Amino acid sequence: MARITFIESNGTTHTADINDGTSLMEGATGHNVPGIDADCGGAMTCGTCLVHIDPAWVERTGTRCEHEQQMLEFAGRDGDNARLSCQIIVDATLDGLVVRLPEAQI
Amino acid sequence: MSETPIAKPHVLVIGAGHAGGALVGQLRQFGFAGRITLVGDEPHTPYHRPPLSKAWLKGETTTEKLALKPGSFYEEQHIGLRLGERVQAIEPDAHRVRFDDGTTLDYDWLVLATGARARQLPIPGVGHSNVLSLRNLADAERLRNALKVDRKVVIIGGGYIGLECAATARALGAEVTVVEHAPRLLARVASASIATFLQSEHEAQGVQFRLNTGIDAIEGEHAATAVRLSDGTRLPCDLVILGVGAEPAAELALAAGLACDDGVTVDADCRSSHPDIFAIGDMAKRPIPIYGRPIRLESVPGAGEQARRVAAVLCGREPSAPEVPWFWSDQYDLKLQIVGLIDTDATSVVRGDPASRSFAVFHVKDTRVVCVEAINSPPAFMAGKKLAASGKPVTPSELADSSADLKTIAA
Ligand SMILES: Cc1cc2nc3c(=O)[nH]c(=O)nc-3n(C[C@H](O)[C@H](O)[C@H](O)COP(=O)(O)OP(=O)(O)OC[C@H]3O[C@@H](n4cnc5c(N)ncnc54)[C@H](O)[C@@H]3O)c2cc1C
Repeated sequence: MARITFIESNGTTHTADINDGTSLMEGATGHNVPGIDADCGGAMTCGTCLVHIDPAWVERTGTRCEHEQQMLEFAGRDGDNARLSCQIIVDATLDGLVVRLPEAQI
Repeated sequence: MSETPIAKPHVLVIGAGHAGGALVGQLRQFGFAGRITLVGDEPHTPYHRPPLSKAWLKGETTTEKLALKPGSFYEEQHIGLRLGERVQAIEPDAHRVRFDDGTTLDYDWLVLATGARARQLPIPGVGHSNVLSLRNLADAERLRNALKVDRKVVIIGGGYIGLECAATARALGAEVTVVEHAPRLLARVASASIATFLQSEHEAQGVQFRLNTGIDAIEGEHAATAVRLSDGTRLPCDLVILGVGAEPAAELALAAGLACDDGVTVDADCRSSHPDIFAIGDMAKRPIPIYGRPIRLESVPGAGEQARRVAAVLCGREPSAPEVPWFWSDQYDLKLQIVGLIDTDATSVVRGDPASRSFAVFHVKDTRVVCVEAINSPPAFMAGKKLAASGKPVTPSELADSSADLKTIAA
């Protein structure tokens, strides 16, 4: 389990306790965190679960796979430690993670 | 949402599928403080349907993983669930719906999200127990039990669901023939280049095709034993899958006197001809600005977009800009992503080599990208999504030139 903080673009903060083995996207949608549409349900198809990882956490959340890299790059949205949250699997090492939500999804 | 909501206004949503499920969560995200009730005739909370023909059918994911939201979500968000219940009639003037058991429920705003149902064919034998359609989890469970190694499967219909089932059935070791009455696959929804490419991929995987061929009858006493084709051929079978499209579930709306034409007719805000009744998802036909005509889409992104729209309208928020429709399909290790709708007046250009199994077809009309079909090519899809939305002028030749940087073209 990890307690994760999501900060909306208007500054509103949401915290959610997310179970190990679920993706950050599933955890966020399961807690009704606004601004994560996740239309494709985690098939890495839509790019509508984008989050920006707090710089202090970039190493612990891992790296983008090629597919994710391409999606973000070609949408012109690969800056500011952007990740597709469906590709980050939660475990205890992410306890305390802070992510920021974009104003609009891809 | 932790405070108990006030009793009014009451939003009643009929249909606990993708659109209805997305709407109730979105309403709370936008701070809707009134009462919300979600009614669905299936015994499940809203779930993802796309895996029913793909990963779930193949056994690669569990039923729990299909849920749109965890079970605790609805209570936490104060969303009243009435599952396994069917609305039988709407009384618009009384602002009331009537259930199968005769009880009624009042609403202030009603949102119809009853989706679509699998089309049936008017041919002898379609009622046999081993002739299956695929629309919901119950259908998918029957199909999964019937799909076994060496089973002879005839799939009627070469659309997305038919082809996804063909790919899954092959992965499970079944023998598969797809019968399609049009001269090619995906006739209404994909370009000829994509259809040809997918057909050869399926053939390489051992799928047989009978194009340009109708069905005369499904033979057998109680169970289907063969499918008789319009050219007289008999295809022996253990199982028939009907993948001949879907029809909007609009009877409730029709009976209530709402304007309908292949689905419930709604405006850009998803409002029907009755001001307090909205319709979203597969059952709704709405104007899509970039096409300048009303269109009924059957897609998860379309359902999500309309859900967000209605939530914004009911919460008095500025809705976000209209999206360009998009869709995806997975077959074998191929991921097809499509943005925009096929337009027969557009010029199509292929970018990349189909033999590499990673390429895209761009459709350009008057210097504008109107549609992109990308196979294993997320860059082309993402760039296409951007181009179709921005309308930035492009030339077919720069798109066809794989050495021209797509990021620069789309920027
Ligand atoms: C096998 C399959 C694969 C698919 N693959 C893809 C894909 O890869 N990509 C994509 O974008 N889309 C895909 N789709 C389409 C997508 O699932 C639909 O567009 C989406 O589910 C539409 O949402 P909806 O809420 O309008 O309808 P649904 O999700 O069908 O929900 C409607 C619900 O309303 C219920 N209902 C109907 N009448 C009543 C009533 N009178 N009272 C109470 N409840 C009622 C129904 O039982 C159902 O549960 C697929 C669909 C199927 C079936």
